[in-house]
This record gives sequence, structure tokens and C-alpha cells, in this order.
Amino acid sequence: MKSAVIVFPASNCDRDAATALEEMTGRKTEMVWHRESTLPDVDLVVLPGGFSYGDYLRCGAMANQSAVMKAVKAHAARGGAVLGICNGFQVLTESGLLPGALMRNAGLKFVCKPVTLRVEESQSAFTRKYEKGQSVTFPVAHGEGNYYADDETLNRLEGEGRVMFRYQDNPNGSARDIAGILNEKRNVLGLMPHPERVVDPITGGTDGRALFQSLIEALS
Amino acid sequence: MTLKNGVLDPQGKAIGHALNGLGFGSVGEVRQGKVIDLDLNETDATKAKASLKDMCEKLLANTVIEKYEIEIR
Repeated sequence: MKSAVIVFPASNCDRDAATALEEMTGRKTEMVWHRESTLPDVDLVVLPGGFSYGDYLRCGAMANQSAVMKAVKAHAARGGAVLGICNGFQVLTESGLLPGALMRNAGLKFVCKPVTLRVEESQSAFTRKYEKGQSVTFPVAHGEGNYYADDETLNRLEGEGRVMFRYQDNPNGSARDIAGILNEKRNVLGLMPHPERVVDPITGGTDGRALFQSLIEALS
Repeated sequence: MTLKNGVLDPQGKAIGHALNGLGFGSVGEVRQGKVIDLDLNETDATKAKASLKDMCEKLLANTVIEKYEIEIR
């Protein structure tokens, strides 16, 4: 599986994502600066965590206007896989690649801690190496992870099996405990927790490995 | 820009609680938003408004959660 990580000004999990990808795939990951208008030939594009453009206007709003996002949208439209983690999830909702929006945490505090998630679906390129219903622990680190969508959208997400991860103890007020969702074509995943931070026991766990193993199996 | 009705506004709620705490007992619901002032190189108010509406839809507001009002001065 060939992968690229997009680097926006003030991305800060870009190298964590690249390290995780390189560890899991054994191949070099391409780092792509936000001003690029084309992507290298890759199977997976990762939008990393961080505070792109200082979270100006709204989290992810400015990043969505960057040149590289046109290429990311074209990649997604061709059926290419896109993984948005944390700020990357915010960019995906701002871009319309995923429905809904991520709002200020209900408790108004930045939440930085490991959280337990339930894997809701194993029928996807991102989760096929997990068991449906499995509990996993990923860290979260965000101030604006409170997922919002109207009831009709939430019902559709649930009805179509597009809620991939749910919080077992909701840290941010997200609607229906949603931590991660898929797009309709099932090739774009956005989630607030950080699977790339749990691929090596030295950083506190390995529950994120199966997400990357799923992608490798599906995309190689 | 303010959050649409029905969208929970935790910041507005916190501000409301703080005002109640300061003794402003008459404060009910509080909605927080933001104001963006723009200088436009356009003298036709109708065109200016249309252009601002376009800006709000494309960037300034996230219409999934926010509503906006335009005022020309």
C-alpha cells in the first residue's frame, strides 16, 4: 500500500501518521505540502491531526481551501482511500466529503486521554481486521470533537452502517456517541481518536494496528 | 454567524451560567456567535449583498450548523 500524508501549516500529527504508516507498511510515506496541486500515485491519503491554519475561522475551514484539497477530493472521487484523523476529520466535514460538523466539546474543555471505543462495523477497508463490537482504546486530543448532524443524517449514517466507531464513555457530547464515520462510497473515514498513536507498545498500546492492517489488506 | 436553533451552543450556555452567577438573574438562553467586518470595493448594495451571501455559503459560515445575517453599512 502506497500512502501520503498531507501537511498543512500547524499540522502536528503528520509525522506520527507517517511513522505509523512506515512501520506498518514497510514503505516510505510521501509527505505532501498543502500548496501542492497534485498527489503522488498513492492508495491512501491521510489528513493528519493538528491545528491547521491555527483553527482560524473554524477548525478545518481554511485547510479545505488549500490547493491540495482539490487533489484530495479528486482522489476520493476516483474511489481512492482517505483517512482523516482529528483535525483531518474536521477538514473532511468542512469539505463536504463527510456529512455533519465538529463543534466545541460539550464540556468546553480540551480533552486529552485514552478513550474506549466500540468498533461498530467491520465491513470496510478501514476496519476489516477488527471484530464488529470489539472494544479498542485510542487516545483523543481535541477541543472540538463534538460531532453534530441533523437527525435525518444521523439516521442515515446508522441505517447504512456508516458509524464506524462509538465512544463507550462520550468525552465531548458527540451526537449518538459517534467517534468516526464513513462516506457513502465507504472510501473516506473520519475519526476524532488517534489510531496512529497506538501502533507501538512503547506509546501505550497497539489497538490502532488493525486499522492500518485493514487498509494494507484492502489496498495492496 | 450564530449557531442554528436546535444546535447546542455550549459556549453560550457557559456564558449564561456565568451571567447568572454574577447576579444577572434575568438572563435566559445565550447564543454566542461571531462578526466579520469586510470592506468591499462595491457601491451597488444589491451586488454587495449577493457577493456576501456567496462568501457566507462558500467559506464564512458552515451552514450545517450556523446561520448568518448580512448588514451593509
